[in-house]
Amino acid sequence: MKSWLTTTDHKRIGLLYFFTAFAFFLIGGIEALVIRAQLAQPNGHLVTAETYNQLFTMHGTTMVFLALMPLSASFFNYIVPLQIGARDVAFPRLNAFSYWVFLLGGLFLNASWLVGPLFHAGTLNVAPDGGWFGYANLTERQFSPGPNIDFWLLGLQILGISSLAAGFNFIVTILNLRAPGMRMMRVPAFTWMTLVTQFLVITAFPVITVGLAFLMFDRFFGAHFYVHEAGATPILWQHLFWLFGHPEVYILILPAMGIVSDVLPTFARKPLFGYTVVVYSGVLIGFMGWGVWSHHMFSVGLGPIADSVFSATTMLIAVPTGVKIFNWIATLWGGDIRGTTALHFAVGFIAMFIIGGLSGVTHASPPTDLQQTDTYYVVAHIHYVLFGGTIMGLFAGIYYWWPKMTGRLLSETLGKWHFWLQFVGMNLAFFPMHFIGLLGMPRRVYTYSPELGVSDLNLLSTIGAFLIALSIFVFLVNLLRTRTHGQRAGNDPWGGATLEWSIASPPPVYNFSVIPTVANRLPRWKTEHHEPMRDPPATPPAPIHVPGGSWWPMLAAFGLPILALAPLTHTLWLALVGAAVLLAGIYLWAFEPFEV
Amino acid sequence: MNEHSQNEHSHPTADVYLRVAAVLVILTVLEVGVFYVPVFHPVLVPVLLVLSGAKFTLVVMFYMHLKADSRVFTFLFGAPLLLAAVVMVALLFLLLGALTLRGAAGAG
Amino acid sequence: MTHAASAAAHHTSLGLDSRKMAFWAFIGSECLLFTSLISTYLVYKGKSVVGPYPHEILNIPFTSVSTFDLLMSSLMMVLALAAVQRGDMRWGKIWLFSTALLGLVFLGGQVIEFTEFVHKGLTLQTNLFGCTFFVLTGTHGAHVSVGVLWLLTLWVRALQGKLTQANAMTVEITGLYWHFVDVVWIVIFTVVYLIQ
Repeated sequence: MKSWLTTTDHKRIGLLYFFTAFAFFLIGGIEALVIRAQLAQPNGHLVTAETYNQLFTMHGTTMVFLALMPLSASFFNYIVPLQIGARDVAFPRLNAFSYWVFLLGGLFLNASWLVGPLFHAGTLNVAPDGGWFGYANLTERQFSPGPNIDFWLLGLQILGISSLAAGFNFIVTILNLRAPGMRMMRVPAFTWMTLVTQFLVITAFPVITVGLAFLMFDRFFGAHFYVHEAGATPILWQHLFWLFGHPEVYILILPAMGIVSDVLPTFARKPLFGYTVVVYSGVLIGFMGWGVWSHHMFSVGLGPIADSVFSATTMLIAVPTGVKIFNWIATLWGGDIRGTTALHFAVGFIAMFIIGGLSGVTHASPPTDLQQTDTYYVVAHIHYVLFGGTIMGLFAGIYYWWPKMTGRLLSETLGKWHFWLQFVGMNLAFFPMHFIGLLGMPRRVYTYSPELGVSDLNLLSTIGAFLIALSIFVFLVNLLRTRTHGQRAGNDPWGGATLEWSIASPPPVYNFSVIPTVANRLPRWKTEHHEPMRDPPATPPAPIHVPGGSWWPMLAAFGLPILALAPLTHTLWLALVGAAVLLAGIYLWAFEPFEV
Repeated sequence: MNEHSQNEHSHPTADVYLRVAAVLVILTVLEVGVFYVPVFHPVLVPVLLVLSGAKFTLVVMFYMHLKADSRVFTFLFGAPLLLAAVVMVALLFLLLGALTLRGAAGAG
Repeated sequence: MTHAASAAAHHTSLGLDSRKMAFWAFIGSECLLFTSLISTYLVYKGKSVVGPYPHEILNIPFTSVSTFDLLMSSLMMVLALAAVQRGDMRWGKIWLFSTALLGLVFLGGQVIEFTEFVHKGLTLQTNLFGCTFFVLTGTHGAHVSVGVLWLLTLWVRALQGKLTQANAMTVEITGLYWHFVDVVWIVIFTVVYLIQ
């Protein structure tokens, strides 16, 4: 137990990220099921309008910040050091700090479901209710007097610190800890996409930090950053939010693209088609992702120039994305394909992401976007991208790397059940939403009338949602069963080309008994140009120094939620305690003897 | 120890540091000077931007050693800085446009 | 063998110090933080519906002295680094402490400035100028405070004899932070104080 609490081992932190994020994924999923149950029939009355607002806000916030980002982070942690031939990340204790901040931030946000009585709210739940985008000036104290928005903005500030710390850590790890011979253009595609993602994190998160800080000053100290009467414009929030929010979309999808770019070659037994182009289009997506944010704001009325510019950039960004899709298809073409569950999910990713991408291009055009804004059409789009895309990609990664992480293979039979249930479920849940939206049903409204003519489609969507839940249940059964019944994986169950497959599953604490020297992009494969590398010996020829654990990252992390409690409860001494804890943690951390 | 010997070669001497400081002081005096001289008022903004840009560059190049240091550091700093500059221009264009329109509509 | 293994552990693919690299990435990230703040200041410039307005209240001579003070602290910082790098810890300590002291003087100046503004009726709640001014310069001041704390920590470590020539990289990284804070002030001084 102590060794897990103080761990600085990237593999253990990766597992902690996985299980924590998966728990939040289940919570976010339950929120979605309640929403769908409410909308199964017209004039539903399962939950009140207030609770419904909290459900969709927390569903979005949880899935983006507490499920998808940290599930990707679990692979960054576990897989990236293995893929580049490193013994750990560059800053192991900072890595532990990122995890603890994430966990505490997630608990802080979700505590809002249960602490209503403490705030004399009259209900149990005082969860955030302003949407995951929290548009000003709805979030001002005047319109949202309760603690709901406070939980949201303080929770997101905490989580931002976790992401930023991890961002710096992984950039340095990937640039500076590569094994000898692993030049940048030999780095596996997943690690490349991780690098691009981290650059987006460290540049996008400061912007939302500032936007949230303004909101904090408005709500707690009576400032007027988003107050119309004081001459301010609430549109400022929209710009700051989407300046962060659109790169955030790529933060969510690029890791999944990286996973798929590693899974497809393994199961087609062919090198990734056009590796360089896949890498460069990933980098290009990262850059262009910064130039499209205002397409979320066409309905604001930005004027013809801004509309045209952002419409054009949005259509342009489809080009590098399309390039990647063709590369993936070409990787499969003529390959010696093995239809594993991981491959099913990877191919499912491509198919679903194409649908999401196509509906995305439709709202790149302002006139059509004005029809679609705030309707279920947009909900359909983001779920094809983030569920059909990111979640499918992440599951491809789970089935692919779970044997590496635990030493046991997940059941392929249950895996196929999981895939087909999820695939059918998600299309049933989200495809009708295109029509529901175009027929005029607005999003974020807790019920609808039968006259709208979307009752059957909504029922279909709800059935799909519960099918997805069933598929996740099958996955959980698979996980549990694998603990005891799973087939032993050995070093390399798939015949993978990259370094993580050259060592034991799960890897020893030092990863590589001897740091490998890399001579090409597919070190473990025999190609017409080279022989496969020799795997490192099972026992290290020389003793290997492994850094010990540390309590101080966790202590420092505890300072942040305490600091956040101060404005929430209007208690000054809590701020002092929080700052003291944070400072104590940092000083003990800085002066602790710790040899990396 | 190894990194120490590298630093001695790539870092400027105290003499260079002092000369840069002298230039920085002169530039600051100029900045405050043009602020008070009425002749410069029509071109105040561009002159001030150039002067502060020069100070910014001097500190980054010499005090933060970017001139002689690895290009990786230049990229890690320069790319976000460039992005930041573009974002600022875009935000000013988008938001000042919006606020001006609102002001005009209010006046009308 | 153990020695060789630990040398291998310190191998880096770019031959650069990892902490320094992380710090440059951090500074890059900070660029976007301050850009968002400065952009907001500029967007809301002249949009306050009540006074006091910038030209009525900003004290250029006073702030010029503060700016000069911060520039000099940057000079002290590089001199501290040069001293530590050549192993001259006596001057290293003196320059480190001077840097921190000039940082404290700057913070003192900011406290005086803020107090005076509040007396003249400008608070965070007064108008948009108050909001954007106090949050922008306050964020910068918070960065200076962290820097002062950091510098004083290094100074105490040097007094204890725990900061030596071998830790030159630590001093260099502290310097990167300190100069960046200075550079941000160069921009703020121009954009907020001089371009009214």
